[in-house]
Amino acid sequence: MPDLLPEIQEIFRDIFDDPQLTITRDSNASTVEDWDSLAHLNLVTAISQKYKIKFALGELQELKNVGDMIDLIQTKIAQK
Amino acid sequence: MLKAQRPSTMNPSTYPLDELLIKRRGLRRQLLTLNGLKDIRIAILGGTTTSELVDLFEILLLQNGFRPAFYQSEYGRYYEDAVLQPDEIIAFRPDIVYVHTCSLNIQAFPPLSCTENQLPGFIETEMTRFRAIWRSLEEKIGCQIIQNNFELTPHALLGNLDAVSAGGTTRFVGELNRQITAEAAANPRLIMQDLSAIAATIGMRHWFDPERWFSYKIASTVEGTFAIATSLTALVGAIYGRSRKVLVLDLDNTLWGGVIGDDGVDKLLIGRETPMAEAYTAFQEYCLQLRNRGILLAVCSKNNEDVAQAGFAHPDSVLKLEHFSAFKANWNPKHENILAIAQELNLGVDSFVFVDDNPAERAIVEAQIPGIAVPNVGSEVAKYPSILNAGRYFEPVSLGKEDIARAQLYAENSQRVKLEQKFANYGEYLDSLEMTAEIDVFNATYLERIAQLTNKTNQFNLTTRRYTLAEVQAAAVDGNHVGIYGKLTDRFGDNGLISIVLGRMDETDLHLDLWLMSCRVLKRDMEIAMLDSLVERARQKGVKRLVGYYLPTAKNGMVADHYEKLGFSSIPCDAVTGTAWELELATYEPRSCHIRILERTNA
Repeated sequence: MPDLLPEIQEIFRDIFDDPQLTITRDSNASTVEDWDSLAHLNLVTAISQKYKIKFALGELQELKNVGDMIDLIQTKIAQK
Repeated sequence: MLKAQRPSTMNPSTYPLDELLIKRRGLRRQLLTLNGLKDIRIAILGGTTTSELVDLFEILLLQNGFRPAFYQSEYGRYYEDAVLQPDEIIAFRPDIVYVHTCSLNIQAFPPLSCTENQLPGFIETEMTRFRAIWRSLEEKIGCQIIQNNFELTPHALLGNLDAVSAGGTTRFVGELNRQITAEAAANPRLIMQDLSAIAATIGMRHWFDPERWFSYKIASTVEGTFAIATSLTALVGAIYGRSRKVLVLDLDNTLWGGVIGDDGVDKLLIGRETPMAEAYTAFQEYCLQLRNRGILLAVCSKNNEDVAQAGFAHPDSVLKLEHFSAFKANWNPKHENILAIAQELNLGVDSFVFVDDNPAERAIVEAQIPGIAVPNVGSEVAKYPSILNAGRYFEPVSLGKEDIARAQLYAENSQRVKLEQKFANYGEYLDSLEMTAEIDVFNATYLERIAQLTNKTNQFNLTTRRYTLAEVQAAAVDGNHVGIYGKLTDRFGDNGLISIVLGRMDETDLHLDLWLMSCRVLKRDMEIAMLDSLVERARQKGVKRLVGYYLPTAKNGMVADHYEKLGFSSIPCDAVTGTAWELELATYEPRSCHIRILERTNA
């Protein structure tokens, strides 16, 4: 399975309009500046649109960091 | 030779929505650097979370020449902010207040047991709340109010009966919408946004996503939110007198099917005979409807003027010449023609919408004319009306309202500074097309297409000689001919096999019996690439001189100077009306520089 981190990092860079932003699997809302609720909604919406996947209610609340998010995206893509 | 791809235009309406969602912050930053934006203050009182809506609305407004400042009520506090604690919104001094509520904000639906006699009471209770909001805003702020009506509820428990029974939610939504309509019709300060129609256009299944409602208190999908923002932007533009006023139309394969210069008037697809003809007719009817409500129509087409005008003499053409306020049919670049139309009509190009089936024409017009709207209409004419409609380019507010609004909120024509550099020259535009050509000698795969092209190409055709398949086959193998074809691909797609040159050997001369090209790739320097390739093949056969002929017909005037432009010298000609040309190969150097040539080896 391809490593989605580089792609996800690109999405983060675009969404936060910061070409230098570096994301790791450990990144989360407290380590990324400006990651507020609207940015979170933007991220989720953009990722859903890009990968044509849909997050079920509650799935996102359990994610601790970007690594969890990538794993969930990959599970979703595999289930398509 | 080829440059890196230019950044695509920054027009959000041509971005796919998923890309817009990702790039909106950067887009916003770039748009904010524009000069001449009109400041505008908009308060949004929401029954739902409105941050996503504001995000998209802001980008669309920026793109349309406004720099908005927003006030947003806390989630669900639309009534409180307007009626009970209006201090903050008064201090914000909005030009426009948008009350954004949805059917989930309806407080008291009638019970299933509701009777016809009881229903008006429920309607009145709900409307009283909204009337209080509007009255308060009018009295305390005196601004323009936009209120949306209600979309259908996600579930209709009673099925069909839901729309009929006094206790049905569908019925109730309809009754409320009638009330809001009546209020808006009677009150010029109150503009109704037809959310019900916007949601219906997208379809309720794609409009409401319960998970977004539960998680974020947003009552629409992101597609829905974008549609609301698009409609609001059009309304704001209309309030400030900035709706578009002119529709500029291409002709061939836009207003009718076929190429009039090649096919002739009789062969055009228009009328009721075939599905395609019906589609073009429907689009013409749509354009005529626009004209009848005051939108000016203009033609901008690469054609000879008399040929182009003849198309409207077609008995099935719904549009007639007198429907057009400006008519430019010539061989100049389209952006130049559109600027000329703007001067003629004395209107700014930012009030123009341009429709053309050819993506390359759309790209150059959009890049060269800041402010013009160039919707990505694709190439299926059946979809053109709905694409234009979805863009909301010609949004009116009722005449009276427009006048009142104009008096209160003065409209200005600000100078729009373009976001990206125009192409420095035509060559840079050609480079941006990222063209790749396959040029090779005739081979079996293409003989049929080659014969077909010789029989249907009339405009870019130096001799208009027609060939049968057998004749083409013979020329391909007899060793006495040099025949090459060219295929051209650009970043918008494959144009297919579009050019043919056929020369006949006579000792060290090559007589060019045929040189033709499809008009869809005019002015792409494809003829230069063809000449390069022809010279190369001719040299391999020991040719020292090319001899070209131009035999004029009613339709091929555009290539009268073809050989002259390619550097041939005029020589005496046997034909009475034609001209003849020669090119010595000894010193010829390849000239093509905007098209990448693909090598193919098929001997």
